[in-house]
Amino acid sequence: MAWEYVLEGIKQAIHLIITANPDVIEITLRSIRVSGMATLMAALWSFPIGIAIGMYNFRGKNILKGFFNGLLGIPTVVLGLILYLLLVPSGPLGFLRLIYTEMGISLGQSLLITPIMISFIANSIEVVEKDIRELAITLGAGKLEASLAVMREAISGILLSVIASFNRAIAELGIAIMIGGNIFVKGSALNTRVLTTAMQMYTARGEIDMALALGIILLSIVFAVSTISNIIQSRLT
Amino acid sequence: MHIGDRMSSKPFIKDRKAISQSAWLVIVAVLLAGVIGLSWYFQTAQQAEQRVLTISTTTSLYDTGLLENAIAPAFKEKTGIELHFIPKGTGAAIQDAMNGAADAIIVHARSKELDFMEKGYGVNRKVIAYNFFAIVGPEDDPAGIRGLSPVEALKKIVEEGRKGNAIWVSRDDGSGTNTKEIALWKKAGFNYSEIKNEPWFRCTGTGMGKTLNYCNNVRAYTLSDMGTYLKYRKDGLIDLDVLVDEGEELINIYSIIVVNPEKYNKDFDGAMQLAKWLVSEEGQKIIGEYGVEEYGRPLFYPAVEVLEKKSGDIYNWIVKYGFIEDNGVWSECPEKYRYKANIEFFEVKI
Repeated sequence: MAWEYVLEGIKQAIHLIITANPDVIEITLRSIRVSGMATLMAALWSFPIGIAIGMYNFRGKNILKGFFNGLLGIPTVVLGLILYLLLVPSGPLGFLRLIYTEMGISLGQSLLITPIMISFIANSIEVVEKDIRELAITLGAGKLEASLAVMREAISGILLSVIASFNRAIAELGIAIMIGGNIFVKGSALNTRVLTTAMQMYTARGEIDMALALGIILLSIVFAVSTISNIIQSRLT
Repeated sequence: MHIGDRMSSKPFIKDRKAISQSAWLVIVAVLLAGVIGLSWYFQTAQQAEQRVLTISTTTSLYDTGLLENAIAPAFKEKTGIELHFIPKGTGAAIQDAMNGAADAIIVHARSKELDFMEKGYGVNRKVIAYNFFAIVGPEDDPAGIRGLSPVEALKKIVEEGRKGNAIWVSRDDGSGTNTKEIALWKKAGFNYSEIKNEPWFRCTGTGMGKTLNYCNNVRAYTLSDMGTYLKYRKDGLIDLDVLVDEGEELINIYSIIVVNPEKYNKDFDGAMQLAKWLVSEEGQKIIGEYGVEEYGRPLFYPAVEVLEKKSGDIYNWIVKYGFIEDNGVWSECPEKYRYKANIEFFEVKI
């Protein structure tokens, strides 16, 4: 029985993709857009923090690292619930009017992936930091230039952090459902249905084949992104 | 060492180049911030342009597709207002509205609705539709409840359950269906919070669909709304039978409550427009016709025609299980919970 579902799901997924089902395309594009935005936002603050932790020694560095490492596996429902309470109109950040919007999901996902980005970046820099810096300085580099040399060596790890963050964001459900609300009105510009919320809805409605089809699309995106990053990475090194 | 080779092939001249590189980093960061800010602005602009009502609602209505596939498009065509439904289960839907996230709620648990209005969050309640709950269970019916009254059936299930012959599954999620179940247990003479600890009594803590699936797997009994059951049965996901579906206690009444504008500055006029439209001839017709083609019978029945007739079993049941008493008058919405309502409320003196 289970295999029938899987086969049917694959068939359905191929059918949906070939016929370019407008709803599915819309949901898929929104997923990519929302999580892409989340990755951009997270990058905005994670890069400076991650680089700072990786490059410099300062008091409390280990505590800070431990803090972000500990948040690596924060359950999305916990974050979703906290954000929901902050963002509802009665909450302290209600005036932002972000509840049940795409931007709200992006914000939530960006917070979710911040620890991933920071930890990955900090680690990949730390691994090469000491050797490269010493080498660069021996070769006559200035302080800043030595730092940039370190960055160049750490670039593949930094790229990986971005990819891992995006994949985590696009595959999470808790925030998307609690902050987004899975809104879908045909032709509306304010929809918030993404692949994961659509999957859970179709599962609840018993339309397993549709849920599986969307799951296959989601997996394809994740694999595609990973493959592309692998190719880039191999060129970089 | 290859790193060394690379380093030595690029002589480090001065820090100026490095400074210009970091300037680039700053520019990229500023651009990023710009993109994010712009799309935020863009979305806010869109929000302002499109009039939207956010309606928190119950999963049993939502999962049948009635709200999104039938009501939302028709209402948008009529009024230009977009309906955003957030499915949550009655308890959570009410909480959502109490947090100011909704303009109105569509739910099905009178006691919770009353509580919502008593606390001052909701006004102008209108009964919009009804259908029936059913006790469903395995075809071979190990407890032998087929055709019994709901109360008799529950007693029988307890008896057989304690002998180890039957399993009962409860949603236990504070939903409207769960509220009805608790009332039924009370009526049968059992205390829900005690009985749910017995070994034959299982709680899923989740929506109707998943609960039905679970029941199907463990060959258990449960209380289900008809809409979800019919959909699951027709799609071949479950082979549970309807065993008990007669009895006034099983009536399931859906109503809309508008959020009190004195509590939250929501779109009160829009929400009232929706309430009015739902009980209009057009809205009622859409509710009554939904699912007929697919399932051979309606999933929800329009309530207004029954209330207008003011007689018959179903009318009496809606009054008994769906109306609220205040000063000897039973009505959809007692006078003290009405607010600038240019709409009629059904009421009856008993």
